[in-house]
Amino acid sequence: MEGAGAALSIGFVITFLSVVVALPIAALVWFSAGSGFDAFWTVVSSPQAVAALKLSLVMSALAALTNAVLGTITAWVLVRDDFRGKSAVNAIIDLPFALPTIVAGLVLIALYGVQTPLQLDLGFVHFQATITFSRWAIYFALLFVTLPFVVRTVQPVLIELDTEMEEAARSLGAGEFTVFRRVVLPNILPGILSGLTMAFARAVGEVGSVILITGNLPYKTELASTFILQRIDGDPHGAAAVSVVLLTISFAVLLTVGAFRRHATRHERA
Amino acid sequence: MRKYLLRSTALGYLLIILIGPLAMMIWRTLGDLDGAWAAITSHNTLLAFKLTLYVTAIAVPINTVFGVICGLVIVRSTFPGRGILNAFVDLPLALSPVIVGLSLVVLYGANGWFGFFGDHGIRILYAVPAIVLATVFVSLPFVAREVVPTLREIGDEQEQAARTLGASGWQTFWKITLPSIRWAVVYGVVLTAARCIGEFGAVLVVSGNVEGKTQTATLRVDDAYQFAYGNYAPAYGIALVLAAMAVLVLVAMTLVKPREEAA
Repeated sequence: MEGAGAALSIGFVITFLSVVVALPIAALVWFSAGSGFDAFWTVVSSPQAVAALKLSLVMSALAALTNAVLGTITAWVLVRDDFRGKSAVNAIIDLPFALPTIVAGLVLIALYGVQTPLQLDLGFVHFQATITFSRWAIYFALLFVTLPFVVRTVQPVLIELDTEMEEAARSLGAGEFTVFRRVVLPNILPGILSGLTMAFARAVGEVGSVILITGNLPYKTELASTFILQRIDGDPHGAAAVSVVLLTISFAVLLTVGAFRRHATRHERA
Repeated sequence: MRKYLLRSTALGYLLIILIGPLAMMIWRTLGDLDGAWAAITSHNTLLAFKLTLYVTAIAVPINTVFGVICGLVIVRSTFPGRGILNAFVDLPLALSPVIVGLSLVVLYGANGWFGFFGDHGIRILYAVPAIVLATVFVSLPFVAREVVPTLREIGDEQEQAARTLGASGWQTFWKITLPSIRWAVVYGVVLTAARCIGEFGAVLVVSGNVEGKTQTATLRVDDAYQFAYGNYAPAYGIALVLAAMAVLVLVAMTLVKPREEAA
């Protein structure tokens, strides 16, 4: 692309991004700065805000790590294993991407809500697989919405990966675990890491799937996103302050993903 | 043995997280089909779906045009700050929808930088324009992200050949570039549409959520659940309609993906 067309395109893209994305974010940061650093710090360091931010980060990390392990296994099964209905399973992996998040929350409530059919009454003790209003609800919801990330970053690498290397390692006497650790894992690790960080970034800001099932109980199930949501009408400065913290985390994660991706492509070229 | 262990781990996990809960929601909807159907066909639910489709019909073309041009700029041109642009396009993916909503409220609010719209009687916040702005924001990256790798892969030899043979930049784009990235564009459009239909957090903040006026389909589900009073069939029913739309999206994705890879 060159000449007037290129200049026009660049101008259009930058203007569009500025008006649609950059200006609102700049306005938010400006609005938050307007109340001064002391006011900002008072909100951000308040016990309830700290608890919400911490819970968001910890639960997102747990969900992303779980999906890194189980997503890698799922990708492996989809590439190397063969069974009836595999293509249907492969298609359904993307469902959490296509499904509205509010529906995702409701889907989980249908099975794990207070009316759960998963009950066991032994007379003296009554088991019920209810997760609503507990941290399990956050964990399940975040697992649901971040399920496809690692599967979809590892799967293409596994397809490309030649089995000859593994066979060579096996013929040289390596056990299954050694083959995985020394041959397969180094190849799929950049994919796992970039999927993991994307899943984490997605989970940290999640709203729709957690809003109904967690109950937003302060100090217990209130996340940073729902903390912000609850304060937008009554305390917009408080909401903006926590938003700026979350925004900074998102930027940092995004830069990490970019670094992983650059590393992965450099790896490919080498 | 190891094979079956891995297979049952993967399938068991999908059953617990995805398939089981989904089957249960369908089962519960079927349990009170009349109630669910009445909720789905009620006046305000139909208006909510109409609004969702209306907003999607505006946001998807905007982001398709932007995505294609943005992809071209990222791959085919060199200018200082291209790396920043590349990172910036991905930002909506990492940002919480609640923050997107709040930043629009701050920008277009009465005391915001763009508050003057309201002074001239143009209503943005708590009206359809804000819902469109929020939806365009959150669904911005999808077309660009699909187009960029495809453009890199096809290279620019054909484009250069067309240029040497005397084609203008415009002709080259329509006759060479666009046909070779069309399946990537279609795939991006499908993803964009899914995101537009499913958006909840940002729209919740900026729309005002007025029944029959600024309530989208996802907000309708939220409402139906919050005011269920023990009768959840309406919420499950409306959610199931959205889930059916998601399945359509999924079918479109599986149909388009192999062609994209072949291209």
